[in-house]
Amino acid sequence: MLLTVTDIQKTYQTADGPFAVLRGIDLCLAAGETLALTGESGSGKSTLLHLIGGLDTPDAGQIVLQGQDIAALDDTGRAALRRGTVGVVFQQFNLIPSLKVGDNIAFQARLAGKHDPAWAATLAEKMGLTPHLNKYPEQLSGGQQQRVAIARTLAAKPKLVLADEPTGNLDEATAGVVMDLMLQLVAETGAGLLMVTHSEALAARLSRRLHLRAGQVA
Amino acid sequence: MTQATLLALLSHWWRNPLQLFTLLAGLALATALWSGVQAVNAEARASYDAAAATLGEAQYERLVRPDGQPMAQATYVALRRAGWLVSPVVQGRLEGVRIVGIEPLTAPGGIGPVAPQEGADFGSFLTGEGQLFANAETAARLPDLDVIISPDIAPGTAVTDIGVAQRLLGKADLIDSLIVLPAQPRTRVPLAEIAADLTRQPAQGGSDIGRLTDSFHLNLTAFGLLSFAVGIFIVNGAIGLAFEQRRPVVRTMRALGLPLRRLILLMGAELMIFALIAGIIGVALGYVIAALLLPDVAATLRGLYGADVSGTLQLRPSWWLSGLAIALGGTALAASGALSQLARMPLLAAAQPRALAMAAGRRARLQGYAALVLLVLSAILMVTAEGLIGGFGLLAGLLIGAALALPLLLDACLNLMSKAAKSVTAQWFWADTRQQLPGLSLALMALLLAMAANVGVSTMVSSFRLTFTDFLDQRLASELYVRTDDAAQAAGLIGFAKDRVDAILPIQSTQTTVAGQPTEVFGARDHATYRDFWVFLQSTDDAWGTTFAGRTVLINEQLSRRAGLDVGDTMTLQDRDFQIAGVYGDYGNPIGQAVLGEAIFGMLYPDVAPRNYGLRMPPEDVPDFVAGLEAATGIPATQTINQAGIKSISLAIFERTFTVTTALNILTLAVAGFAILMSLLTLASMRVPQLAPAWAMGMTRRQIGWLELLRAVMLALLTALVALPLGLALAWALLAVVNVAAFGWQLPMYLFPADYARLGVFALLAAALAALWPALRLARTPPADLLKVFSNER
Amino acid sequence: MNVKALLLLCWMPCVATAQGFAGLGTEVDGFSVPQPNPTFHFPSDHGAHPEYRIEWWYLTANLTAADGTPYGLQWTLFRSALAPETGAGWSAPQLWMGHAAVTTPDNHYVSERLARGGIGQAGVTAEPFEAWIDDWVLQGDWQTMQMTASAPDFAYDMALTAKGPLVFHGEGGYSVKSAAGQASYYYSQPFFAITGTLQLPEGDIAVTGNAWLDREWSSQPLADNQTGWDWFSLSFDDGAKLMGFRLQQTDGENFTSATWIMPDGTTTAYADGALTATPLATNADDVPVRWRVELPARGLDVTVAAINDNAWMTTSVPYWEGPVTVTGSHAGIGYLEMTGYE
Repeated sequence: MLLTVTDIQKTYQTADGPFAVLRGIDLCLAAGETLALTGESGSGKSTLLHLIGGLDTPDAGQIVLQGQDIAALDDTGRAALRRGTVGVVFQQFNLIPSLKVGDNIAFQARLAGKHDPAWAATLAEKMGLTPHLNKYPEQLSGGQQQRVAIARTLAAKPKLVLADEPTGNLDEATAGVVMDLMLQLVAETGAGLLMVTHSEALAARLSRRLHLRAGQVA
Repeated sequence: MTQATLLALLSHWWRNPLQLFTLLAGLALATALWSGVQAVNAEARASYDAAAATLGEAQYERLVRPDGQPMAQATYVALRRAGWLVSPVVQGRLEGVRIVGIEPLTAPGGIGPVAPQEGADFGSFLTGEGQLFANAETAARLPDLDVIISPDIAPGTAVTDIGVAQRLLGKADLIDSLIVLPAQPRTRVPLAEIAADLTRQPAQGGSDIGRLTDSFHLNLTAFGLLSFAVGIFIVNGAIGLAFEQRRPVVRTMRALGLPLRRLILLMGAELMIFALIAGIIGVALGYVIAALLLPDVAATLRGLYGADVSGTLQLRPSWWLSGLAIALGGTALAASGALSQLARMPLLAAAQPRALAMAAGRRARLQGYAALVLLVLSAILMVTAEGLIGGFGLLAGLLIGAALALPLLLDACLNLMSKAAKSVTAQWFWADTRQQLPGLSLALMALLLAMAANVGVSTMVSSFRLTFTDFLDQRLASELYVRTDDAAQAAGLIGFAKDRVDAILPIQSTQTTVAGQPTEVFGARDHATYRDFWVFLQSTDDAWGTTFAGRTVLINEQLSRRAGLDVGDTMTLQDRDFQIAGVYGDYGNPIGQAVLGEAIFGMLYPDVAPRNYGLRMPPEDVPDFVAGLEAATGIPATQTINQAGIKSISLAIFERTFTVTTALNILTLAVAGFAILMSLLTLASMRVPQLAPAWAMGMTRRQIGWLELLRAVMLALLTALVALPLGLALAWALLAVVNVAAFGWQLPMYLFPADYARLGVFALLAAALAALWPALRLARTPPADLLKVFSNER
Repeated sequence: MNVKALLLLCWMPCVATAQGFAGLGTEVDGFSVPQPNPTFHFPSDHGAHPEYRIEWWYLTANLTAADGTPYGLQWTLFRSALAPETGAGWSAPQLWMGHAAVTTPDNHYVSERLARGGIGQAGVTAEPFEAWIDDWVLQGDWQTMQMTASAPDFAYDMALTAKGPLVFHGEGGYSVKSAAGQASYYYSQPFFAITGTLQLPEGDIAVTGNAWLDREWSSQPLADNQTGWDWFSLSFDDGAKLMGFRLQQTDGENFTSATWIMPDGTTTAYADGALTATPLATNADDVPVRWRVELPARGLDVTVAAINDNAWMTTSVPYWEGPVTVTGSHAGIGYLEMTGYE
């Protein structure tokens, strides 16, 4: 099993007192499998994604990724996890504005020490970014920027791709194209995919689906 | 990993060269300011040393002939051979320049060419080839002589070997006076057995000026610290902005798996490299500033930056190293705060405006408390501070407290304005200004500190100058001072001077003890000189009138402080009670002083006869009078002191320092103006979304541009209003607390409204200049960019 | 550096190129140069030789107080010429420097005087003999002499009586100083009995002892590669005496020379290499204050140790000069001078 999540709990302190975002979540994901996380705003799906991606730590429970309990990792270990094992596609793209498209695509792979120029070129070609490699992100449209972000994630050959509403900032037509490309390429690399979305249509295109309600699996 | 990260970090500057420029320029300017002040401090010291060297001749006891005539050179040799450690001096005038011939092998240290200069060849100095040492100005007056430029020599004076001086002045085998070295051998033949015709002329204390300059030094040091504080603020602002701008990128890189430790290491290294580059630029700039500021440039720089051999300037390592240390240290200080904030920054804290606002609110509250605590502390210190540490604590509390309070004050002020505003545009203007305030507050704090430092320092310096001139006027009021040796000489002097001078003021004094304090009591003749020139710290209406009438006494500040005596109190002299009518400043005098009217002094101390006289006359008549006096009465010129001459030399030396300080004021303001420019430019990109709605609602871009300019000027004006009282408080702290702590006497504080007004105008001008370009850029924002605000995805 | 030190360095010849101590190395510039096989004429040669660049009248004395406390005393007058000329007035190129010192086991008192030669403030006359700078005087007929010096913290007034003949070093007074042939004229009166009073901050102290007066003049006594010297004047309990010096060279080698003086004043000169002097221990300032001195030809192997390690002459041109004790194959006392250790 690529990923096993057991009884994850997470509580945030807010102005109105403690708020339990996740109240005992279990899930598992095999390599090559794709899973949609759906649920209303505030149901805890993004938080779950962040915990799995090592961007945050759970209060209780276990996240085992490739046989490793990531809750037990320190800051440096989680950083290594983020650059080597998982790849996150953000809703806001989060590109580095001062780097050219080509350097943005290679960035995470370089951090991980896994930069493969041929593979990066293939990704850029498939994403239709080849003509734009020497441009800066601000010169691209939103759809193009998200394709850069996806290419950046896949360039590092992650075992698990995490995507947080990757098309949330795009119009419908663009979203369709981007989603097609992402699913196709994830399938090609054999990675697992965990995607947060509020779109029923997108969720339906993934192999499995998990619906969250008030921090629990519905 | 390191390579990719460095590429990402450095590419930011490549894409945003303006930000890089502001960062480097901010650091460089702060360093330059510090270096410039250091250089000026050194210049001030050099001036004082030159003054001391001129007056230095007076700090030693001398042997002279009572008739003022030169003695035979053989007398010098006879004294040396009898064990007297004396050194010969020959002096005279040539082309209006005072030529001083010394004997370097026997002269005490601190006289003559103080430091070896370029081109000095002591072989030729000693063997009579005719080298003279003088400053550049004096050298120009002696074109036919071999003069080596030496900035350490006092103005109007040329120092040379005694043999050369004898030849130039036509005084072969003659010596004017012998300096008596402080340490004399154990065995020495009595003077009367060797040279009965010589008398000992006691050392004249140069301490009056010495104490004043010590005080001025201290104040200049304070100015150095203030400028450092301004510089650190600017560095802090520049670094803070550099981090703020890159916060999202840092978050992204960390999310993509860059370890925090590596990131901080690389960013720290990057900053240190920038600091080094900026520091080098800053030191060079400081050097240029010093060169531009200081008069007598080449010569002075040589004095400042060390001996130079080949004619090119050499930088003194201690000077440029301290400049670099300031750049690196200031950066490290500012960066450590920013980096630790970065380390604590949660990976996920979304840039929610509300959360940011809440954090900002918390910070503002904290800042408010800190400001309050510091200002209350300063208020307490104002009353209680004693000693230098207390004084500097007060300065620090005042400055930091006021700087921290400034944004809150401005915010409250703007809030009031926006409530009072009638028109929609005005309301929008005030509200928008409030919104901008956080981004500008660091720059405004720097402006506040710069202005306060300027108000404080110019008040201090000008007060000091007034006090100093008053003091010289008071103490050197008489144009000529004559010492008589006996009653016959005194009678001769009065007889000769009676019809030739405006007034003869006998100076008679005796030592006594008042309230346990050793005190010198003077008897003063009723004359306008005293009424015109003496400055009281405190006095009754007609203090001199009642004192000349014999009813009251005047005392100096030292006696007043030590004996706890004030105006209106009574003190006893020779069993007779006198009311104190006035307390006067008496800078540099270690003991108490009391002044009585001449008549009552004569009654109380019938045995004291006046031996010294002050003569009032037009200054230009002094030389002829001295010559005439000698011819008529035999009182030699050595027993007279041309006080007008001393006064003008002293003032000329001080004037240079004042000029330099004024120039530094302007520089500080320029740096603060730069901080404003920097902040406005940084804010400019964020401004577009804020201004777009106003544009959409029907304001023209031109209007918006004008309002931007107006806003900067208005904020500067508000800041100036805060800076004025702060600067005055600063000056007061320097004059009344730090100075008293250091020297035991207070310098009176004068106000210079015209100076402050001019300073205010400069500050507004600086702010307007700084805002001009950003405002122009905004006014020229293409409509498409403004439209984008509405059309952008989300 | 203060003016005076600079002046001194300038006045000491050829400062710009000199490697040697106080510029005593190198070339000659119109000055006379010592020649082998000299003939001395007295009393005129006791006086000054202005045609040579440098010259000194150098007296050291080992003294003992009534309570047995050892003291050292120095009285020195240096002449240094900027040019081989005399003359009157301030511009005359003859400059004079006086050093006086008293060394006790715990203290070292030093004083210095400087003067120009053209005005009568300092000088040396041969007949009658008088060497003076200010009120410091050494005068007499070289059989009996008087000597005084005073300073703010000490003074002395001494009487000297010669108990033996003059002694000439090297080849009859021609003393070679380097392999390249640099040399000086050098003779001594090492047989003075001395008595007098030291005025010290501790009080007046009556002392007696032996004094050694050196006369030396030259224009280039050191070679380019010589940086300083270690000079020993030792008086042994059996009445014999030794003058020895070691000139330090930049290559780490030394040039040594020695004169063995019998109690009757007859001498044996030893050329380079006969004498060896080896530092054994240094003081806090890295100046060697214990030495092993060997002259195998005389069966001499002694340890020379300073009575006061801190006999540093804080004069314009600083050096170490102080009294020593001698133990080993021969016992005795003496004086040690070391230059080039700044």
